[in-house]
Amino acid sequence: MAKTLLDKIWDAHVVKSIPGGLDVFYIDRHLIHEVTSPQAFDEIEARGLPLFRKEQIVATADHNVPTKNQHLPIEEPLSRFQVDKLTENCAKHNIELYGLGHERQGIVHVMGPELGITQPGMTIVCGDSHTSTHGAFGAIAFGIGTSQVAQVMASQCLLLSKPKSMRITVDGEVRPGVTAKDIILYVISKLGTGGATGYFVEYAGSAFRNLSMEGRMTVCNMSIEMGARGGMIAPDQTTFDYLQGREFAPKGERWEQAVAYWSTLFTEEGAQFDKELSFDAADIAPMITFGTNPGMGMAIDALIPTDVPVSEQASYSKSLQYMGFQPGESLLGKEIQYVFIGSCTNSRIEDLRQVARFVQGKKKAAHVEAIIVPGSKQVEKQAIEEGIDKVLAEAGFELREPGCSACLAMNEDKIPAGAYCVSTSNRNFEGRQGPGSRTLLASPLVAAITAVEGKIVDITQYLN
Amino acid sequence: MEKFEVLQSTAVPLPIENIDTDQIIPARFLKATSREGFGENLFRDWRFDNAGQPKADFVMNTGRYSGKILVAGKNFGCGSSREHAAWAIYDAGFKVVISSFFADIFKGNALNNGLLPLQVSDEVLARLLTQIEQDPQTTLVVNLVNQELEVPVWEEKIPFAIDAYKKECMINGYDDIDFLVNQKEAIEQYESNRPWAY
Ligand code: SF4
Repeated sequence: MAKTLLDKIWDAHVVKSIPGGLDVFYIDRHLIHEVTSPQAFDEIEARGLPLFRKEQIVATADHNVPTKNQHLPIEEPLSRFQVDKLTENCAKHNIELYGLGHERQGIVHVMGPELGITQPGMTIVCGDSHTSTHGAFGAIAFGIGTSQVAQVMASQCLLLSKPKSMRITVDGEVRPGVTAKDIILYVISKLGTGGATGYFVEYAGSAFRNLSMEGRMTVCNMSIEMGARGGMIAPDQTTFDYLQGREFAPKGERWEQAVAYWSTLFTEEGAQFDKELSFDAADIAPMITFGTNPGMGMAIDALIPTDVPVSEQASYSKSLQYMGFQPGESLLGKEIQYVFIGSCTNSRIEDLRQVARFVQGKKKAAHVEAIIVPGSKQVEKQAIEEGIDKVLAEAGFELREPGCSACLAMNEDKIPAGAYCVSTSNRNFEGRQGPGSRTLLASPLVAAITAVEGKIVDITQYLN
Repeated sequence: MEKFEVLQSTAVPLPIENIDTDQIIPARFLKATSREGFGENLFRDWRFDNAGQPKADFVMNTGRYSGKILVAGKNFGCGSSREHAAWAIYDAGFKVVISSFFADIFKGNALNNGLLPLQVSDEVLARLLTQIEQDPQTTLVVNLVNQELEVPVWEEKIPFAIDAYKKECMINGYDDIDFLVNQKEAIEQYESNRPWAY
């Protein structure tokens, strides 16, 4: 029977199947961070279990780190304690740690790919739902809870049932100003926030093929926002070119062998998916969200929908009320106080370059606070080498040090209650960026234009 | 993990859809390195105002509802993988969450902590919410052994599905880690035969 990409990688990682439909499923790479690992370390210690394959674990500190003065001790005591705990646990168990200040430190989903830790055909987990990012390389990558973090520490395996498969095909050329972020926000707006729950998604079609690895990561990153366990894109020349020469990528003869194997990782003609959807790239416009879940997105110049099913009306009104918007309203002209460019969705060098290209020679609006948080130390370094830091500084944007920052507002980078923030992150949940904060998700390009204008504008006028 | 067989309790209704894990437990409360104490901040920003005072109109504060069962709108637990969400609900005294749809990761996390995610149809969920809102004293009986949700006032037993292995684990208080650690031999054998792994 013809196999899907998911089938091929899944089947290769089944240690054994047990009666009742569960598989003992092998994990190649385990990424850990300070927030979801301490209780897992406690658990294996309490049970007296050793780490089964510590060389397959890589740790970094990202969620709860300050984005200013990273060379100084963390001021906030609880955050410092949590980050220190990671350092302590990694030292105790001999785990590779890219801690604060380390040249490889970064948001876990930016760090893994840029070092070549993430490779096609692998299974990758992390106690973080956006682990789906790594699927951009043709890997099975998904977020897990802390109990599962402990399971992987103890056995390098998880007990799982194989997810259902879904293929989302987007063919055609996108319009100017439409980025990877717009494509995925569009898809999520069509499926809704639970539309892919229970499924593993494969993205296919020319709109995804034509994306760079950075763009593919942006797409796969947001798979979880429609409920999917993960998302993946079959590896191709773009993938191999990105990986070649990276720190942990195979070298020499092993590289040749790896590429030969990776080239077999694609969905075969005639393979069956549990669900298939397709969209036309030409229908996608620059997107923005107007509500409190990522499924509440629309073209930036559209009107907030009014045709909501009766059963969803209460939740819908609650959401718009929180945002301070009315059904039927346009967002064009709305004043914005904050712009956040960062997070594992859009904080890679390509995102920073795009922002720099646009803001070069311009200034942000006086009332807007615009912060850019690079995804990793390596991105930061490259931005400085390319002079992006200067362009941003001249435009009045503040370039910070790497971390998750205002994506989840665990550190001090918070958006105040009631304020509007156009954000390149992935979640616009109530209070996600700080209690009472109002988030509008968009691409780095839309975010940059908004910062300069100080309000939401129809970006297409800029592109002609 | 605590064992779970049968639970009889009143319930707390939360008729909101897509309740995400940031509402269940906001990120700023994830700094603790142990599993305990998250219940205090369950639904923090709905339950308390900025000054930390209880908001009078939130279901957990009205004094009208109590119980070990939370009944919530569909797509419960979407968003982040934080297991802290399951810990917070459990720590606040709930043993069961009833909804018509659960996000995947949350469901797995709940089961790994002895918190039962009980899925019913949209129709049953709507009736349950109305029933509890009309009569907060309504008792529900969750029988995991028979896989039935009993609503005595309706004289109805509603069957529910659960993975057979997970059911065993809940009833006996086992978790996956015990099982997996016992598979060491098979895992090592698997590892020795992966010519394609780079
Ligand atoms: S940047 Fe945001 S979404 Fe990404 S890992 Fe950090 S907190 Fe999670």
